[in-house]
Amino acid sequence: MDFNDTPAEAAFREEARAWLKDNVPTEAELADLNLMQQAKLWQKRKYDAGWACIRWPKEYGGRGATAIEQVIWNQEEVKYPGLPGGVFSIGQGMAAPTLMAWGKAEHKQRYLPKLASGEEIWCQLFSEPAGGSDLAALRTKAEKDGDEWVINGQKIWTSGAHYSDYGILVVRTDPNVPKHKGLSYFFLDMKSPGVETKPIKQLSGDANFNEVYFTDVRIPDDQRLGEVGQGWQVSITTLMNERASIGAGGAGSDFRALLDLAQTVTINDKPAIEDSAVRAKLADWHCKRSGLKYTGYRSLSALSRGETPGPENSIGKLVAAPMTQDMASFAMDLMEMSGAVWDEQDSPEAGLFQATFMAIPGFRIAGGTDEIMANIIAERVLGLPQEPRLDKGIPFNEVPTGAG
Amino acid sequence: MNFEFSDEQNLLREQARGFLAEHCPMSKVRAVLDGEQPADLELWQKIAEMGWTATTIPEEFGGLGLSYLELAVIAEELGRAVAPTPFSSSVYLATEALLLAGSVEQKERWLPKLASGEAIGTFAISEGPSRTTPANLQTTGQGGALNGSKAAVPDGDIADVAIVVAKADGGDGASLQLVELDAEGVSIRPQRTLDFSRSHARLTFADAPCEPLGHPGEGWRHTERLFDQAAVLFAWEQVGGAEAALEMAKEYAMGRYAFGRPIASYQAIKHKLAEAYVKNTLARSNGYYGAWALNTGAAELPLAAATARVSATQAYYYASKENIQTHGGMGYTWEFDCQFHYRRAKLLSVNIGSEGLWQDKLVTALEQANAA
Repeated sequence: MDFNDTPAEAAFREEARAWLKDNVPTEAELADLNLMQQAKLWQKRKYDAGWACIRWPKEYGGRGATAIEQVIWNQEEVKYPGLPGGVFSIGQGMAAPTLMAWGKAEHKQRYLPKLASGEEIWCQLFSEPAGGSDLAALRTKAEKDGDEWVINGQKIWTSGAHYSDYGILVVRTDPNVPKHKGLSYFFLDMKSPGVETKPIKQLSGDANFNEVYFTDVRIPDDQRLGEVGQGWQVSITTLMNERASIGAGGAGSDFRALLDLAQTVTINDKPAIEDSAVRAKLADWHCKRSGLKYTGYRSLSALSRGETPGPENSIGKLVAAPMTQDMASFAMDLMEMSGAVWDEQDSPEAGLFQATFMAIPGFRIAGGTDEIMANIIAERVLGLPQEPRLDKGIPFNEVPTGAG
Repeated sequence: MNFEFSDEQNLLREQARGFLAEHCPMSKVRAVLDGEQPADLELWQKIAEMGWTATTIPEEFGGLGLSYLELAVIAEELGRAVAPTPFSSSVYLATEALLLAGSVEQKERWLPKLASGEAIGTFAISEGPSRTTPANLQTTGQGGALNGSKAAVPDGDIADVAIVVAKADGGDGASLQLVELDAEGVSIRPQRTLDFSRSHARLTFADAPCEPLGHPGEGWRHTERLFDQAAVLFAWEQVGGAEAALEMAKEYAMGRYAFGRPIASYQAIKHKLAEAYVKNTLARSNGYYGAWALNTGAAELPLAAATARVSATQAYYYASKENIQTHGGMGYTWEFDCQFHYRRAKLLSVNIGSEGLWQDKLVTALEQANAA
C-alpha cells in the first residue's frame, strides 16, 4: 500500500508538469479577453500540443492516453487554479463519447477534432418539463418529412445552450409504443431556424442554464445517431459518461474554510472550535470528506493496474452535495446574527458560505437527484429490484401524466 | 498509486473467511450467548494455532513478524464473523502495549505466550462510567504494589495478565503497570455485558504485585499511542461487522414479500440500505487510510486513526440497527441473528473510547495539522 506513482506514471507526470509550467497562459495573455475567449485560448493551446482530451485516439485530436494518465493530467492541471475550461465539459465529456460510439466515420472526423480544440461547443438537450428523473417520459416530438425530421417541443435545464454551437437531442419519434421504445437520438446545429433559448433565473439569482424551445426545427436524417427507436440506448451511452472525473480536485475547500471560521469566531468568549458540539460536527464532515478522498484513491489504484474501478465511486455526489449544504448552513450559524449577511466586504470568506448555501440545492438535483442516486446504488450496486412501474408495456400516449 | 491490499494479503483474507465460516458460524456465537462460557476458548485455541495472535510479534519473540496490514485483514474477518474471542484485548491492546513500552525482558517473558495463545492479555483503563483522564485516575502503582479498582476490563475474567493504567506523580500523570491476574491481592468480578459473547470484569487490586511497563510518567503518552494503533484495528472489525449486517439485511429484504412484492423493491428500504452502503464505503476507505498510516508509522496516524474509528463506529451502528429494522418483528426476536451485530456494534463503539472521544481527538489532530 503506497501513494507513489509507478516509474511510467512518474515519467508521464513529469512530462505533463513540464509542459504546463511553460504553457499555462500568463495573466497578461488573458487580461483583455472575456471568459469564453480565455477558455478557447487555453483549450486550443492544449490541443495544438497534444494535451487536449488525452484519452481520445490521436486521429480525433487526443493522444491515446490511459485512464490513469488522464487522472495524472487532471491532478497536475488543477494545480493551476483559475484556468478556464468548464464550458467544454459537456461536449467533450458526454457528446463526444456518444459520437465515438454511435456516429458515422465522417461525423467523427468532422466534429471530434473541433470538440477537442474547443473551437466548437456542444450542449445536451435531454431533460424536459415532463421528463427529469423519469427522463424517458420526454415529449418533444420529431416527425419525418422526406430526408428531414421536424422537431417541436421544449427542453429545460440546458447548461450553456446560449453559447453552444451544437446540441445532442433525444426526442419522441413514436408515441404509440412504450416510452423507451419510441425515442430517437440526433445532433443539431443550435443556430437552426426555430431554436429559441431562454435563460432560467435560479433561486440563487444566477442564470446558468436555459429553456430551449423547438418550433418546426428541421434536422437532416443524416444527423441521427443509432436507429429510429433506439434513442434510449444511445442516451445510456451519454449518461454513463455523466460522472465526475476521478482525481481532479474534490469537495474539500469548504471544509478548510469552515475549520478556519470555527477557529476565528467565538462561542461564550471561547473559539467556537473548543465547543464539543462544534467539534463533533467537524469530525463527522472530515470523516466524509476523507472517506471520499480515499475512495477515490482506491479507484485510482484500480485504474493504475489497468482495471475498471469498482462501484464505490457512485457514492460521491450523494455524500458531497448534502454535506456541503449542511456545512454552509452550519457556518452561517457560527456567525450568529451576521450569518444572514451576504456581503463581500463584511462576510467571512467574502460570502463564500452564503453563496454555497444558495447554490447547493441545485447540485443536489443536477445530474440525478439524491433520491435517484440512492436508487442507483440500491439497484446497480446492491442489486435490489426496481419498483414496479405503472407505465411498463403501455403505449406512451396512454400513460397517465397528471396533466389536466 | 497502489492503495490496495497485496495479493498475499487478499489470499490471507480468503483463508481467514473460510476458516471462520467453518469454525465460527453464527451458531457458535449463539452458543456463547446462550451458555455459561465467557468466550469460545476452543475457537481461541484454533485461532492461535493459525498464528493470528502472533501476527505482528517479531520472530525473536515467537511471532510471525508480519505487518499491520495482515492484522487489519484478520480484524475485518473477525468482525464479520462476530467472533466471541478475546482477540482485541490480547492482541491489539496487551501485545501491542508490550511491543510499545515493554523492556526486552518483559517481551521475552510475555510475548511468546501471547503469540501462542497460551496466555490471554488485556488492558485496564476505565474506573467507572466517565471518560478517563490522567487527572481522574484513582488506581496507584507504587513500589511494586497496585491498589485501586478497574471497571469494564474487556476479557478481564479470562485474562492471565493485564496492563493497568495507574496514576503517577510527575510526567504525564500516568504509568503502565503489568500485573498477573492470578497473583495475590487481585480480585476479579465478572460484569454482565451488553454483548454476552464478549465478557468484561471489574478488577480490584489490594497491594497486588505489579511492575512498570515503560517509564512512570510516560504512561498516558503510551496509552494514547496504543489506542491510536488499536483504533485502526477496531475500525476494521467494525467495518467487517457493518458489511455483514448490510448483507444480512439485504438478503432478508430480497426474500421477504409484502403487498405482493419483495420489500427490497420499496424505496424506503432501498434508500436505507443505500445509506448503509455509503457509510460502509466511507468507513472502509478511511480504514485503508488508517491501515496505511499504522503500517508506515506516519506522523498523521492520530488523524487517520480517529477518522477510521469515527467512520467505522457510525457505519456499524447504522447497519446493525437498520438490519433489525429491515427484518421487522422477526429482527427483534432472540431466534434471529440480528441481535449479534447490534450488541457487538455498541460494545466495540465504547471499547477504547466513545464516538465523542474520538471525534474530539480527530479535531485536535486537525487543529495540530492546521497550526503546523
